[in-house]
Amino acid sequence: MFESLSDRLGGVFDRLRGRGALNEADVRAALREVRIALLEADVALPVVRQFVDGVTEKAVGQSVLKSITPGQQVVKIVNDALTEMLGSDAADLDLDVTPPAVVMMVGLQGSGKTTTTAKIAKRLTEKGRKKVLMASLDVNRPAAQEQLATLGTQVSVATLPIVAGQTPVDIARRALQAAKLQGFDVLMLDTAGRLHVDQALMEEMRAVAEISTPHEILLVVDALTGQDAVNVATNFSQQVALTGVVLTRMDGDARGGAALSMRAVTGKPIKFVGTGEKLDGLELFQPSRVAGRILGMGDVVSLVERAAETIQVEEAEALAAKMAKGQFDMNDLRAQFNQMKRMGGLGALAGMLPGVKQVKQAMANGAGDDKMLVRLDAIIGSMTPKERSKPELLNAKRKIRIAKGSGTTVQEVNKLLKMHQEMANAMKKIRKMGGLKGLGAMMGKGGGLGGMLGGLTGGMGGGAGGMPQLPPGGMGGLPGLPGKGPGGLPAGFDKFLKK
Amino acid sequence: MTQPPTPWHQKIVGGFRRTSDKLGENLTGLFTKATLDRETLDGIEEALIASDLGPATAARIRNRLADERYEKGIDEQGVRAVMANEIARILAPVAKPLEIEAFPRPQVILVIGVNGSGKTTTIAKLAHLLQEQDYSVMLVAGDTFRAAAIGQLKVWAERIGVPIISGKEGGDAAGLVYEGVKQGTATGIDVLIVDTAGRLQNKAGLMDELSKIRRVLGRLNPAAPHDVVLVLDATTGQNGLNQIEVFRETAGVTGLVMTKLDGTARGGLLVAAAEKFGLPVHAIGIGEGVDDLRPFDAEEVARAIAGVSE
Repeated sequence: MFESLSDRLGGVFDRLRGRGALNEADVRAALREVRIALLEADVALPVVRQFVDGVTEKAVGQSVLKSITPGQQVVKIVNDALTEMLGSDAADLDLDVTPPAVVMMVGLQGSGKTTTTAKIAKRLTEKGRKKVLMASLDVNRPAAQEQLATLGTQVSVATLPIVAGQTPVDIARRALQAAKLQGFDVLMLDTAGRLHVDQALMEEMRAVAEISTPHEILLVVDALTGQDAVNVATNFSQQVALTGVVLTRMDGDARGGAALSMRAVTGKPIKFVGTGEKLDGLELFQPSRVAGRILGMGDVVSLVERAAETIQVEEAEALAAKMAKGQFDMNDLRAQFNQMKRMGGLGALAGMLPGVKQVKQAMANGAGDDKMLVRLDAIIGSMTPKERSKPELLNAKRKIRIAKGSGTTVQEVNKLLKMHQEMANAMKKIRKMGGLKGLGAMMGKGGGLGGMLGGLTGGMGGGAGGMPQLPPGGMGGLPGLPGKGPGGLPAGFDKFLKK
Repeated sequence: MTQPPTPWHQKIVGGFRRTSDKLGENLTGLFTKATLDRETLDGIEEALIASDLGPATAARIRNRLADERYEKGIDEQGVRAVMANEIARILAPVAKPLEIEAFPRPQVILVIGVNGSGKTTTIAKLAHLLQEQDYSVMLVAGDTFRAAAIGQLKVWAERIGVPIISGKEGGDAAGLVYEGVKQGTATGIDVLIVDTAGRLQNKAGLMDELSKIRRVLGRLNPAAPHDVVLVLDATTGQNGLNQIEVFRETAGVTGLVMTKLDGTARGGLLVAAAEKFGLPVHAIGIGEGVDDLRPFDAEEVARAIAGVSE
């Protein structure tokens, strides 16, 4: 529903092509768009102001690199500044103290403290080889202590036995003693959710912090938070000495502007992001990724990494050999599907890419979900080996057989064939255009995944129109195309990496 | 405004007071000038953005204010009134309390939302509110996913004294809902409120589960669920619009409840949402107590946001 920043800036800078340096008027025009983009991403207003002022100073007078447009230059400056502001390094927990190291979790109601507590405990147990004890100090919400106990069983981490009627301070004291006596390395205190304007509860939080002297006090914040993030951050950091922030629900589709607000107001690093309801959904914070997301530019780095992990070199090379001869049969198409599946399916892929709004929508409307890949695979699986290598054999009768065999319809078989035809044509063109270099240009014009999906679901057609925002050589080249890029990546991906 | 200034009335005003104070601070500075220049209008726009109205809605209200001032030569209070009117004009059509009028009974209310938005607490408050209006209420603990969610709702049910249908954790929510409707019909309950697991709107699998619940309900009573209430957290930013859009498409949301308005969050999202979707806003949550769910009063909320003094 939001335009990406590059879309917005595209319009502003169309008239500026060919200028040598960014003058103040250009920059101001561009930063108006940046400001709206940041506000739509829920970065708090004072933080936006501060950020935009800083970037204006930096950007005025910078020369525009020859290879890119002024818009891209501004995006780069903004992106760099944002990454810098978010923190240059991922910071883990610092628990190098005499055990037990106390980690206290604080935050508003519903921000995800309890789940995050369990996630961090699991991580410390499994990756850090620590002996962890969790204790819930939440005596307000019904069944909150039971929730942590249940989670403790799920992740095999000890929880403090529940004693009804104790105050949070009592529980904290008891937990501390238990942790000391039983030789735990880490004690995690999950406190009740509280509004930052609730004096009594804030007082109680301070008291708990005083007696337990935590080494880490983590503020848990929902990535969906809007302008209120500033108030929350200010109030909590005034009451206790925060050491870091955990941003939850980053698996949603919020742009996560709260990350920037938190960082700017508390001055503390964002240590983790929560990425799912499963208890291993916790990752170290990566400033560059979140910067891209706030600006609506997609998580290109993650995508590249994921691609590097999953694209198998041999398959890619075999495909390269075939392509060199201008052949592209059903077996190759199938290999591509498999690679897409390994990368986490179309949904995950689309989520990481910039400017794929249309594709996402089309997928939501039509059959373009991950099941589609499975069905396509089934269709190819129902062909004889001969048919796979020579799809032109397929006549009406064979198609009926294949449709029956794969539990699909002849129409779907036809769609697959059409898609294959388009891909094959594309491959031929690449050859004519002199190999992979031409690929980018062509794919950008409406081939690629977008076009592919278009052919598939019919309804998507022009809407998908080939990933408008991708740099040349984007998605189209992705699944399984061979190349000289790092880690066996397709050509064109190296452009991604340089960005 | 015919509402008597009862304690809850005070409470809402209190909840919004911080909002209006903040806006007030910004505005007092702005309106001492004779004319509203561009900078001043920018200030108003930013104040609105800071209340989570979002850049687009804020810009619209700003434009409107820019027009008004030429006609009137307006003072600070006047401008606030225009702001309040404009906000109220947007909010008024969506202020609709939840009506219990289903026949045959029970009226089934499905409560959905993202994780941590306050669904379970809102259900308890809603049940209490309906009980006070002499409706008999039954709850269904359909959140079989989150650890101890069933326990949480059970505690609430006991506190307010309503029957509850629950299964075991990890069970099939749709089956439970089926059971709930059957029992509710058999015992002649007026309202059946169904809790669901929190889900982010971009998780297709979980959204499918919602459709399944809907299907199962429809089998017993084609009109059910009569209401699908989306619970929105007041601290949510512009992503709230995404939530409404997606939940409306996949779960057929019929109305909104906004929670956590007792903090400093302004809930300006409702203004943007009213403009964009026009979905009814049934109630607002202003605290953790069981009495802290109140009808949504457009004018009052608007005046509080704009900082019009009483």
